[in-house]
Amino acid sequence: MSRIRFTRRLPAAVAAAGLALAVAACGGESSNSSDGATAAAAEELKPNADLSKQSLQVTVWDGYTPKELPEKAKEKLKVSEVKVGLHATNEEAMAKLTASGDSGIDVAFVSGQYAQALNEQGLLEPIHAELVPNLANLYPEAGQLSYDKGNKYSVPYTWGTTGICYRTDLVKSVPTSWNDLLKPPAWADKKVTMMTTERWLALPALKLLGYSVNTDKDEEIAKAKELLLAAKPHLLAYDDTTFGDKLVSGEAVMVEAWDGWCPTTEKNIKFAVPKEGSDLWVDTMVIMKSSKNKEAAHALINYILDPEIHSWAAENINYKVPNKAAMERVKAPEGSLLGIKPAELLDGESIIDLGQASTKYTRLSSEVTAQS
Amino acid sequence: MKSEAKARPAPRVRGRRLGAFVFLSPGLTYLVVLLLVPLGLVLSYTVFQRGRFGGVVYEFTTENFTRLIDPLYLGVVGNSLRIAALTTLIALLIGYPTAYLIAQLPSRWKTLALVAVVLPFWTNFIIRVYAWIMLLSGPGLVNSALGKLGLGPYELLYHEGTIVTGLLYSYLPLMVLPLYSAIERLDPQLREASANLGASAFTTFRKVTLPLSVPGVLTGCLFVFVPSFGNFVIPEMLGGSKSTMVGNLIRDQFLKARDWPFGSTLALALIAVLVALLIVQAWAARRA
Amino acid sequence: MRRSKLLYVPFWATYVFLYLPILVLVVMSFNSGDSAYTYEGFSLKWYGELAGDERIRTGVVNTLVVAAGSTVIATVLGTLLAVGLARYTRSKTLDALALMPAVLPDLVLAIGLLVFYSAIQLTLGLYSVTLAHALFSMAFVAAVVRTRLTGADTSLEEASRDLGAGPVVTFMKVTLPQLTPGIVAGALLAFTLSLDEFVIAFFTIGNAEPTLPIVIYSMVRFGVTPKINALAAILLLVSFTAVIAGQRMTRIGESRAQD
Repeated sequence: MSRIRFTRRLPAAVAAAGLALAVAACGGESSNSSDGATAAAAEELKPNADLSKQSLQVTVWDGYTPKELPEKAKEKLKVSEVKVGLHATNEEAMAKLTASGDSGIDVAFVSGQYAQALNEQGLLEPIHAELVPNLANLYPEAGQLSYDKGNKYSVPYTWGTTGICYRTDLVKSVPTSWNDLLKPPAWADKKVTMMTTERWLALPALKLLGYSVNTDKDEEIAKAKELLLAAKPHLLAYDDTTFGDKLVSGEAVMVEAWDGWCPTTEKNIKFAVPKEGSDLWVDTMVIMKSSKNKEAAHALINYILDPEIHSWAAENINYKVPNKAAMERVKAPEGSLLGIKPAELLDGESIIDLGQASTKYTRLSSEVTAQS
Repeated sequence: MKSEAKARPAPRVRGRRLGAFVFLSPGLTYLVVLLLVPLGLVLSYTVFQRGRFGGVVYEFTTENFTRLIDPLYLGVVGNSLRIAALTTLIALLIGYPTAYLIAQLPSRWKTLALVAVVLPFWTNFIIRVYAWIMLLSGPGLVNSALGKLGLGPYELLYHEGTIVTGLLYSYLPLMVLPLYSAIERLDPQLREASANLGASAFTTFRKVTLPLSVPGVLTGCLFVFVPSFGNFVIPEMLGGSKSTMVGNLIRDQFLKARDWPFGSTLALALIAVLVALLIVQAWAARRA
Repeated sequence: MRRSKLLYVPFWATYVFLYLPILVLVVMSFNSGDSAYTYEGFSLKWYGELAGDERIRTGVVNTLVVAAGSTVIATVLGTLLAVGLARYTRSKTLDALALMPAVLPDLVLAIGLLVFYSAIQLTLGLYSVTLAHALFSMAFVAAVVRTRLTGADTSLEEASRDLGAGPVVTFMKVTLPQLTPGIVAGALLAFTLSLDEFVIAFFTIGNAEPTLPIVIYSMVRFGVTPKINALAAILLLVSFTAVIAGQRMTRIGESRAQD
């Protein structure tokens, strides 16, 4: 079905592929392609397909890519249209991507473990490396990420770690342990926020207990849950999006934060990775199998990996990008965390999808937020 | 057309059938496809399982219901009941005198007073909630005013009371309007007669006005309770993302946890509570 | 008539409660500072920022598109349904069914529609929101038109039928003209409800560019800025004008009717 629509939307592209391809892709398959009977698992993509017949729909976190990306990409790639939809959390993105057979989305930005889960559901198109020459700009470490070794179906966009973001002028002692967040001292009572987004809700508790962030053992998760529930009455709120604002306004004095969203460029705000260790998270770009614009999708990813574009994320949202050529262009502003080297980042434990056991974390998150 | 109709034996019956078909079928089809089928799907999902990645696996289970009666989730349902009931009660307590006074204003002021109650309702719902964040948050205006008096700052957001305030602010007009129309419809002569017979204003109110305005009270309570009970935006924005109400829980099951079967089960519980309430309301209205 | 002075306390409390937040909202929209909390001086800069915000502009356009589309569907279907229910059936069940979308909590409609759209593998977008909005708007239109029908004189319709006109002709020539005020009121109600609707749109929009309420929701979720205040002030102005204009028109209409 999607195959038929694909070819119908791309008659010109098929024609343009011409004799050369028909000969190269020998056998009966290509002779049938005009009536849509090709049944290859990995699609044959055409490096010089006519992108002006393709349009792109992207879903990404709010403020995570340059505002003018749609227009710039449209102009540069000569695609007919680039539309950007927004999600607030990974879960929202997953809800959009899995709610229907074809979400209409071509390129999605999700964290590594979600990319892995989407791939296991067979929803992702493998990355055709030959269509993304700018992959060469990435650090070698970026190909070593445990949720997708070798970047087979995802391309890293940003990476970093999770820690405690705090106000130097409002804390009486510098937080050094996850314990400071989970059992806040009296001066921080009701002035602490934590995240609810599944795996990052559990992270502080799991790390404090010395467990893996990828544990699937029921008793370990249960212990973490106890800690999280005990912490709940001392929280100002759960917050996945505006913890930085709460810190700037002084409503909160310590928050669980991803490094890039900790506004360390403001004065009096610093970021600490607790001594028990933390994670290495990666936000990735993936291409949906249901996309009818796969050539354009690859072209967009390649365009984003261009050092000039990719360095935007580092310069404007203070997230480290796994792009060596881009990072070399970036001048790290005062106080920023961009100086952390990729090798140091890899000290953090990479969050991976746990298959059936992931539901334990989903459930943990529901139960912790529901407990009164 | 005329002669054609005459040629047929029973034009009225035929006409009625045709009429029923022409007028009823489009709307009913729409209702069946977009209301009954979806609700049927939701109902059926309550006995199936969540797939590994979300979605629904069509294998029978009663797990969703055992999970629902877990004190944790029942507690949330109870919480929502309490919050919605409290909101309704406060709305009634301040809405009734307001509606009562409006009904007795001279007619040109009456319209103005009524429009003034409804007007805030016409601004965007989210913006109305946002106004309270501005007022109540840590550096917000209430705290800075208190600060000038040497008090605070207090943590005013993220309490149950904040949620009640937000709900009240959003739905108070829905209480005042039905109350007003119930009170306004009362015959003023009844009250005058009561006063002439020597009853005090309070007795008149208690014996005449109040009993006769019960239908309006019931409608107003229903109008405030229903949207409060199923709300998720206000508890989320003013309550700090803790799932304090069943609406948050349902929202989270669909848009976060992707556990549609359990989300459907919670929705069924929500509907059940409301249906029970409607039955009570209908019963009370008949007695009134 | 003696009234206890005490009654005036909740009366004025209601109005202060309803208008204080709005007043603050509007005042802060003229703030020259960057904070939504501390007033630093008069400025219109947030209105300028608002005018330059493309997300809000597309949000407004999308909201109007959805509202217009759903109003058309709801008005046609709702009017037919009202006539059908009032004149061609006595079924209480059908009555209840027609009212259901207006009575059920929006969250229940939202998840039902999400589940349904997903089951038929529909790619979500503005049209799925339009169809969803038409569902509850139809219930409101039908309810409004019905009140008009129950009050209406049926003798004309009977006369028309006695003269041999079929149901469609009777409807077009007799019923419809009588119903016009009700239909207009219903359509206006449908339009307004759709403009402000958030929950159902939030569930059924998929990855499409969002409607205004969703834009506002995500803006608020990502922090507090006086830009939202400016938007609030404009929306207030628009609805105040609409309400006052509506009042004027009904008053003119009434005085004409009396002449």
